[in-house]
Amino acid sequence: MSDRSQLISTGESFAFDAERDAEFERLVVRYPIRESMIMPALWMAQEQAGWISAEAIEYIADRIGTFPAKVLELATFYTMYQLKPVGRYHICVCRTLSCWLRGKQDIVDYLADEIGIKPGEMTEDGKFSFEEVECLGHCGTAPVVQINGEFHEEMDLKKFKALLATLT
Amino acid sequence: MEVKILSAKFGIENAHLLEVAKQHGAYQTLDKLFSMTPEQVIDEVKNSGLRGRGGAGFPAGVKWSFLPKGLDKPVYLTVNSDESEPATFKDRHILVKDPHMLIEGIIICCYAIGCHHAYIYIRGEYTTQVRALQRAIDEAYEAGYLGETVAGHEFQLDVTVHRGAGAYICGEETALLESIEGKKGQPRSKPPFPAVVGLYDSPTIINNVQTIASLPYIIWEGADAYKQYGTERSPGTHLFGISGHVNKPGMYELPLGLPLLEVIDTVAGGVWKGRSLKGVIPGGSSTPVLTPEEVKTVTLDYESMAAHKTMFGSGGIVVLDETVDIVELVKNLIDFYHHESCGQCTPCREGLGWMLKIVEKILAGNGSVADIDLLRELCDNIEMKTVCVLSAACTMPVRSYLNKFRHEFEAYVADTAS
Repeated sequence: MSDRSQLISTGESFAFDAERDAEFERLVVRYPIRESMIMPALWMAQEQAGWISAEAIEYIADRIGTFPAKVLELATFYTMYQLKPVGRYHICVCRTLSCWLRGKQDIVDYLADEIGIKPGEMTEDGKFSFEEVECLGHCGTAPVVQINGEFHEEMDLKKFKALLATLT
Repeated sequence: MEVKILSAKFGIENAHLLEVAKQHGAYQTLDKLFSMTPEQVIDEVKNSGLRGRGGAGFPAGVKWSFLPKGLDKPVYLTVNSDESEPATFKDRHILVKDPHMLIEGIIICCYAIGCHHAYIYIRGEYTTQVRALQRAIDEAYEAGYLGETVAGHEFQLDVTVHRGAGAYICGEETALLESIEGKKGQPRSKPPFPAVVGLYDSPTIINNVQTIASLPYIIWEGADAYKQYGTERSPGTHLFGISGHVNKPGMYELPLGLPLLEVIDTVAGGVWKGRSLKGVIPGGSSTPVLTPEEVKTVTLDYESMAAHKTMFGSGGIVVLDETVDIVELVKNLIDFYHHESCGQCTPCREGLGWMLKIVEKILAGNGSVADIDLLRELCDNIEMKTVCVLSAACTMPVRSYLNKFRHEFEAYVADTAS
């Protein structure tokens, strides 16, 4: 899990692009209360910018008509919302039961020893960021790694190294 | 041993697409459905004996009949696709391989309970899965299975997907409702139960993906056909996920009631690397562990699991070989539940952290027998003293490891015990 204690300002204003603007309008009518749009809007902001800035929180609050603190509350409670920039490739390694039983630690150790990042860290060039996450629901093909949302199943160290080599 | 009821279309190429799914019977139940009354649908589901497949195993048709009649409020269905219990990986197969079966099930349930807007709550990690599901929903709208009418029948139905964002607790039904309402996923005190006061203060039914996806078969083939599978009190089939130390881990559809040991040996190819069995977690990480002796007699149904003082749970079976360090495993488990505690109740928020520290102390070789006893005492003092069962989902299995594998804990403190 990334550091969730700070809200970072970019110094630039935030607004949804045209595609997300339309998506917001499509979805908002599907809920009887506007607060239900906080989570979808946080997802859209993250998909657009890669992470959620102080300005994005303000924008979402304005757009929905609620307090920024209410938006921030959800952005900090739900751990998939990134409150600081992540790497071009954000690597999530499942740390829970079945992945643990089938050797996820080899992958975690490799990232620490060879790539130089521990959970919550990013490489200096901004290429890779890494977090250990809880059960990803792919226990039958453990261990599993999720990179930028895509699942990679039945991993072992050899396959993981080969996978990283394809990421440029 | 395997059967193909829910997984009938899983092996068919592109069965996630409406065109292909329809060639294999998708949405064929709808004319029959709308020729029935909602009460007849509920009775058929009750007669089928279908039990909630999310873990609790409550009879689905009975749950639906708890909805109050004559309230001037909308009724909601929320489909629980949070699938976050460690070792559980069944629902995502439905979402990706046969999402139209789920949508058809939603139509059936909504007609039965008089719901015109269903929400599917899907865990945020399920990225490829949510794309597959949304695509199927879009297809269903376009083809007239959702929207103003359903396949030409006078019944309005909307389906909206709501993505979670990494909180295990949102699989708890009231936390799920809070999350859709735009709040932190902190469970509500019950009563009132969601069937009376649920989503947006309205009567709400919450069912697991697999439960809902079982409905098309039950309505099309009838309750009696469904009851041909499984046992008398645990009828039907289940998507079992077998993981851990077996030769052939994976998702298998099986009738309920099969002997666990036989399933591990024949379906999952036995314990890997020629090793012997140390234990089996029968239904997700929160279910108490079974010893090899117990595995010999237990069958995969709700009653046998209860008789062995564990739970059927989510059907997520984890096989542990002889090399597993039980104390390390317990640390991994407590770590999970501690991390996922929503923070609302002190015994859970603080207690699970305390338990974690004790296990870490034992693992570091600094523990004593008193620490093992304290761990056990904490289980008793945390359990059932919180709003929801998350803390019990941790203490129940931990207690089982302490009872059945105490010698492994004692081995870590052997030096300090004397």
